[in-house]
Amino acid sequence: MITEPNKNLRQFQQVIEIIERNNHDRARLIPILQQIQDAYRFLPPQVLTYVATALDMPVAEVYGVATFYAHFSLEAKGKYVVKVCDGTACHVKGSSKLLDALYKKLRLNPEKHTTDDMMFTIEAVSCLGACGLAPVMVVNEKVYGEVNSKRCDEIINAIVELESQPETVNE
Amino acid sequence: METKEMVNIDGMMIPIEGEKNLLEMIRKADIELPTFCYHSHLSTYGACRLCICDIEGMGIQATCSIKPSAGMVVKTNTAEVRQIRKVNLELLLANHDISCPSCARSNNCKLQDLTRRLGVTKVRFKKTDKIAPIDNHSWSIIHDPNKCVLCGDCVRACKEMQAVGAIDFVNRGAKTIVGPAFNKSLNDVECVYCGQCVSVCPVGALVPKPETEEVWKAIHNPEKYVVAQLAPAVRVALGEGFGMEAGTISTGQIVAALKRMGFDQVYDTSFAADLTVVEEATEFIKRKLKNENLPQFTSCCPSWVKFAEQYYPELLPNLSTCKSPQQMFGSVAREVLPKLLNVKPENLVIVSIMPCTAKKFEAKREEFIHGGMAEVDHVLSTEGLGRMIHETGLQFNKLKPESFDLPLGFKTGAGVIFGNTGGVSEAVLRFAYEKITGETLIDTDLKMTRGLEGIRTIEMKLGSLQLRLGIAHTLSNARKVCDSIIAGEEHYDLIEIMACPGGCIAGGGQPVSFDPDFRKKRMQGLYNADKQLELHKSQDNPYVKELYQMALGEIGGHKAHELLHTHYHGRKRITDQVITIRNTQEPKIQLYVCVGTNCYMRGAQDLLKKMSQYVADNKLSDIVGFEGQEDMVDVKATFCFERCDRGPVLRVNEKVLEHATFEKAKALLDSEIKRIGLAQPVR
Repeated sequence: MITEPNKNLRQFQQVIEIIERNNHDRARLIPILQQIQDAYRFLPPQVLTYVATALDMPVAEVYGVATFYAHFSLEAKGKYVVKVCDGTACHVKGSSKLLDALYKKLRLNPEKHTTDDMMFTIEAVSCLGACGLAPVMVVNEKVYGEVNSKRCDEIINAIVELESQPETVNE
Repeated sequence: METKEMVNIDGMMIPIEGEKNLLEMIRKADIELPTFCYHSHLSTYGACRLCICDIEGMGIQATCSIKPSAGMVVKTNTAEVRQIRKVNLELLLANHDISCPSCARSNNCKLQDLTRRLGVTKVRFKKTDKIAPIDNHSWSIIHDPNKCVLCGDCVRACKEMQAVGAIDFVNRGAKTIVGPAFNKSLNDVECVYCGQCVSVCPVGALVPKPETEEVWKAIHNPEKYVVAQLAPAVRVALGEGFGMEAGTISTGQIVAALKRMGFDQVYDTSFAADLTVVEEATEFIKRKLKNENLPQFTSCCPSWVKFAEQYYPELLPNLSTCKSPQQMFGSVAREVLPKLLNVKPENLVIVSIMPCTAKKFEAKREEFIHGGMAEVDHVLSTEGLGRMIHETGLQFNKLKPESFDLPLGFKTGAGVIFGNTGGVSEAVLRFAYEKITGETLIDTDLKMTRGLEGIRTIEMKLGSLQLRLGIAHTLSNARKVCDSIIAGEEHYDLIEIMACPGGCIAGGGQPVSFDPDFRKKRMQGLYNADKQLELHKSQDNPYVKELYQMALGEIGGHKAHELLHTHYHGRKRITDQVITIRNTQEPKIQLYVCVGTNCYMRGAQDLLKKMSQYVADNKLSDIVGFEGQEDMVDVKATFCFERCDRGPVLRVNEKVLEHATFEKAKALLDSEIKRIGLAQPVR
């Protein structure tokens, strides 16, 4: 395993910048949390405590906001977040089969969303707003339409392949 | 005649007289609309939807959130309104843990009361919630989310009234619960244990932690000699649990009940309050004459003390070093009672009966436990003692009054009014007046200290000394006072702070009252109790004088200091929070930078930024002993080393640096690297 001692440092420096960019403004709590989630891919509890300190507000209030919105995650997510739409249109077009195939392939289940190597997180979501392409799957920012089990398999395999290539050292 | 603007409520014309909302108008018309989430001293929330009425032209509305305007026609009791209220109540009951017979709030529960009043006899909906864990880890308060109806009263009391915000809503929709951040226990967060959440909770979701079984156990143990101390505010509230009006003085009955229950001696915390007045006023006069550590803050209220330790460490030197009356009593009792009563020290059990949930926490503070023996063993809340009396079957109202035992049961009125906001100030002034002027104070009613205004300022001249006194109750008012002092906008000589609105009489351990005037009534009760005594000035208490002669020596002297004074320390607001900023595999050096509020305010963020960059930029390979080994330093941000007055604070392995600057921190880290580097085997 390649150690990356300064990864957290970069993330934390981003947190500091985010808070400064938002002028320590309590009213901007939600954008601050969104930007921090972009940096860490989730909201670590300790960082929420830090945000509360920096904005001079109770931690319970920050935690309340972070747990209110489904968009925020307090659990670490994988490098690739796979959102499978299970809205009406996608459901009719067989999204639950797709979800089952993904769970099976990645050895996950509705209670366990993230693979042990922190590579993949599977989320079933209500609607991605692309019903014409049902069933729809989104990997990080990339949208895949009319996905079937075979196609899904290919997408995941491609990512695994990409990730297994030796990484260029960037430190 | 002046024509008034009117609202038509069920056909009655009710004049608008500055009411905040329609609900208050309806209540003025003697209609007690049901509510869970409405408290006149908190913000309006509109969550429970029980105060709904039919307003002409507006439809069905929650009246707590509607401003009254002239010509409104309101119907409070239509078929539709009744139906909606019942369904709303049924829905609240659906996920409520209905265990009424065994609930601490049985018979004093709004949900129970309204269910009966509105005639809901059946709940048609199935329970969907899983059983949530009960938080009973703190010394003061038990939180049972299964009984919570999500009215939010506790959240608003904590945030608005106390300016703490230890609890808030968590999650959303059907999964919503109320609790501290990260599902922590109240024991691990900034909760000051004032129990105002308990006082506003309409159900049994937040209750004082009972210590009744421990007390029974001590009473039943023939080897133990159990003594009680009774706090002032208890005597004007305990009777409420037995059908008495708020403010009824039932001191004699309480003493009788305690004796019948098996307490060996019953004493009065007011005796210790007299002692507190003498010590604290002497301390104050000393500070005033030297112009040192002013303003002096009172320190009787343990919630205020914890609040100051968490939020205002820079003001800690200003707190009176006097212990609270509860702890002074315990300390003195441990010193004098074993000999006086011929009891082995280890067999003496000291139980205090307090209107307060925070006193339970205070008794467990490490400063008040010496060699494993606590100054006070158990703390019963007023409502807890009430339940114990109920259990015995004693007919409280029929008990013949009895009197306290001597010497620690003798008090003056000054020690009794301690339970009211302004009471400590009044008692201190009754002492200071005579001490400073050398004259006798004839009229001891110092009315300028009294009242329910949140922050009160008194200016007066005692002899040649010009004094400015501040009195604040609720911690949000305490915060305002502290901020204005720190900003240099206000100056005071002495400031009395009590966490609960109205003082101890409205403490979190008192019986929960739905009487809108309960504060005023209990306060008047204590002033009446003062009047009923012959002595009103602490310095006149003959047994306090005797105690100084017998055991304490001089007022404010060495022995008095040892027994009656204490110290305070900065305190963290949340446990176990460390941010990993730089994480190596085999760290030899751990660098911690505190980013708690006080350090943060003093530039900890910048320090952390610079230090972590310094660590990242400097490969250790240049240092003797570290050749070929990179990255041996871990950096972590942590919340609070509890040295808040000396921030920013930083730690390199075991070495702590206070008032840290980048230069000093760098030097410390470099020396530690060098020390470890030299200890490395030469390769």
